[in-house]
Amino acid sequence: MRCLTDSGKITTDIDSLRSEIRDKSVRVIDVRREDDYKQDHIPTAVNLPLANLLSDDSPESVLKLMNTMGIDNETPVVVYDDTFGALASRVAWTFEYLGHSDVTLLETTYSNWKSLELESDSKIPEIQHKEHTLNLQPNILATADYLESAKERNDVILIDNRERLNFLEQHIPGAISLPYRTLATKDKILRPKDDMKRLLENRGITGNLEIITYCGSVGTLSGLAYYALKSAGLPNAKLYVRSFKEWKNLQKPTEKQEDASYWDLSAE
Amino acid sequence: MTISNLKQSRSDSIKPKINWSRVEEADNFAKTVKLFRQGKYDADSFRRFRLQHGAYGTRMTGDYAMVRIKIPAGEIYPRQLEKISQLSEQFSIGSAHFSTRENIQLHWVVLEDVSEIFRGLTEVGLTSREACGNTIRNIMCSPLSGVCPDEKFDSTPYALATARFFLRNPMVQNLPRKFKFNFTCCEKHGMVRMVDVGLIPHTQEVDGTTQRGFKIFLGGGLGNKSFVGYQLEEFTPEEDLVYTSMAVLRIFDRLGDRKNMARNRMRYLVNDMGWEKFQNLVLKERAIVRATQSVITQLEVDHTPNEIKRPIRISDESGSSIPDGYARWLKTNTVKQKQSGYRSIFITLEAGDITANQLNALADLIRDFSSEGKARFGFVQNVALRYVSEDDLPRLYSNLLEVGLAKSGALTMTAPIGCSGTTSCNLALTNSHRLAKEIQRKLLELKFDEDDDLSDSSIKISGCPNSCGQHGIATIGFFGGGGHVGKDMYANYQMSLGGRSDGDTMLGQTCLRVPAKRVIPVILKIIELFKQNKKSDDTLQSWIHRVVNNNEDSKIKSINDIKKVLEPLTIPPTKEEDPDFYLDYGDDTSYHTKTGKGECAA
Ligand code: HEM
Ligand code: SF4
Repeated sequence: MRCLTDSGKITTDIDSLRSEIRDKSVRVIDVRREDDYKQDHIPTAVNLPLANLLSDDSPESVLKLMNTMGIDNETPVVVYDDTFGALASRVAWTFEYLGHSDVTLLETTYSNWKSLELESDSKIPEIQHKEHTLNLQPNILATADYLESAKERNDVILIDNRERLNFLEQHIPGAISLPYRTLATKDKILRPKDDMKRLLENRGITGNLEIITYCGSVGTLSGLAYYALKSAGLPNAKLYVRSFKEWKNLQKPTEKQEDASYWDLSAE
Repeated sequence: MTISNLKQSRSDSIKPKINWSRVEEADNFAKTVKLFRQGKYDADSFRRFRLQHGAYGTRMTGDYAMVRIKIPAGEIYPRQLEKISQLSEQFSIGSAHFSTRENIQLHWVVLEDVSEIFRGLTEVGLTSREACGNTIRNIMCSPLSGVCPDEKFDSTPYALATARFFLRNPMVQNLPRKFKFNFTCCEKHGMVRMVDVGLIPHTQEVDGTTQRGFKIFLGGGLGNKSFVGYQLEEFTPEEDLVYTSMAVLRIFDRLGDRKNMARNRMRYLVNDMGWEKFQNLVLKERAIVRATQSVITQLEVDHTPNEIKRPIRISDESGSSIPDGYARWLKTNTVKQKQSGYRSIFITLEAGDITANQLNALADLIRDFSSEGKARFGFVQNVALRYVSEDDLPRLYSNLLEVGLAKSGALTMTAPIGCSGTTSCNLALTNSHRLAKEIQRKLLELKFDEDDDLSDSSIKISGCPNSCGQHGIATIGFFGGGGHVGKDMYANYQMSLGGRSDGDTMLGQTCLRVPAKRVIPVILKIIELFKQNKKSDDTLQSWIHRVVNNNEDSKIKSINDIKKVLEPLTIPPTKEEDPDFYLDYGDDTSYHTKTGKGECAA
């Protein structure tokens, strides 16, 4: 059986997913917008637009969502999106936080799936209601308060996954910049393990440290980074899920790169 | 079923001929950064090492670098552009910068990620090795070499062969200072008198056969103090290209000033020694080099012709209408090639900046429109697609429009150069980069690109006296500094007029200081003066040329007369009258000069 915490498997490859779909042994979740989903999706997938989850992501409410999607404690779940795996990661992380251990990310995006001319349809599957128990995993969550005290420790690394210019403009003091694009390859949402390890090691992100990731607002880009860390065999990762938006609203201290007009180098 | 990469049906694009990269350099760089961070490598040695591998420091911080990727002879292939697009999103700011010397620069790269960029570059055969530091920098070639109606022959294979001969060559690993080669097509399109070694292809009839060779110019260069190069001899046959290059480098290596960083480019050596003496020394040294090679050294010049193959039409849009602006673009961005039925089209960016998406789009456009399957970098932070069939031009234009690459005026004065300035350079005093963008926007708004009188002029801006923006050879050139009113400071530029880099190469002459926020009005005023006083067949360039040489007989007789007219525009208002005057472009805090340690001499 695949299990995040047991086997360390983070992504499901295309061929495995296709055979699991044939065996009806998997719950596939499509986190794109409803309109896109209705047009076509991976066969048997159910739709969970990220906005639906975010509108109320309290454990009780998410648990209900899981139940209506027919997910119980034993159901293997594979999540995909069309946003380089970031939205899928946020969903996967939330399930994990509630205590669902068997959730992985599809290794690629839906666009890529389509461009490979793999099967898709527009059928909406009938789902049998299931009951999932709640078994919160607070060890994978970082709150603002937690972050504030943890970042003073020298065995903690804080990673900012927004784009470089945003980081230069403003970031949480002490954070290091690892833009989400760095984590992917051209056709996979995450680099191969050895590649990822080398990249992280160069940046001093290694085994025994506690690593907290954050991004701009709702923990999507940093959710992907959370899984990137795990894929490289770094077990001790936490997601600051409310991210920089909350940090600024709380008027906590921020830092910027001074005395340089870097925005004027951008061609955007 | 294996499904990997089913998608890449387009990857039949033309492959680069030369692999410039070495993967072990990426590993070595990563290791060295670690040692440096652990304090096991001293700062000076590390800096030299870093520069030799093509990574500069960045404004006010040791944590970021700028990686300068060399594009030898300016030839770039679609897959290379796509890789650079990806690297810019992963490790830089999601944009790349096309430089004046056919390099692509990625800014604000975390020092620890530089080796990852090297690794990525090896996948497409590119390197940043010896792009900075005291060695032979990227070897340039005219973007029109091979298609220029006025050239004797295509110098591109010679530029590539020279680059190949010297890259990683032990004899150029520790020169007194940086060293630059430019190959060109003809007198008009080159910059051969403004570099250490400049070469124009030339032929000579010997006993009824045509012999290839070059006119070689030595000892020119821009900088804090700029010089115009001298021609070595009437004709240098092609077999002597490598010996002459080696001879010049040996002399520079032996006699160049290694102590005084401000005066150690080869042009100072030439100047101090006097041209005739230097010339004799080169000719003698060449004889020695030729005689003492144990085997005959020759460049490996690859003369296999480029395959010219019109891309297959993917869709037929013959019925579709031609978008607005086409005629303007055709006139100001394209040139006819010597091969009939083809044009070269130039893409101008804003101060050389291009987004990751545009890089990908450019790669596709090369595949779809260039019959040579590659692109060429130009001298003015731009890029050219060549061998585009005349019939395809309207369609290419509309595709360029879609991706924001159809800006007109590429070959006119409305496409200014701006160095990086305070956006990333440690030595910058002003935001020259943004100023160039502002000028371009204004001049295009006024449609000055369509004015034939202005097309052979140029505007070039440096953020400090160091000339990276080549202000010295601009018709209207600017370099940045600071001005004072009491204790308040503002960004201020020194303006020079009349510089040029063609057969009549000369450096611009100082006119007056112009505050940053007055640069645009001053340029417009100069154009107005010209229009009032020009002769019927004058261009702005020819008119200014007469004025700075005191040969003008209209109301404006000298540079001083221009200065008098402009002076009122440059008087600083008080801070109360105009607070904006005291802010540099792109900055909302009051102006102050602040610089870090420069690395140009490192
Ligand atoms: C005293 C120090 C320096 C001197 C004398 C100097 C000189 C020059 C010159 C003469 C050029 C024009 C090249 C040509 O067309 O022949 C150039 C280009 C350039 N230099 Fe420098 N340089 C210095 C420092 C720097 C530094 C610190 C940086 C930034 C890291 C820099 C970045 C550039 C760039 C980016 C270009 C290409 C212009 C562009 O397209 O943006 N230079 N430099
Ligand atoms: S001219 Fe000055 S400001 Fe511009 S890049 Fe060169 S050193 Fe920097």
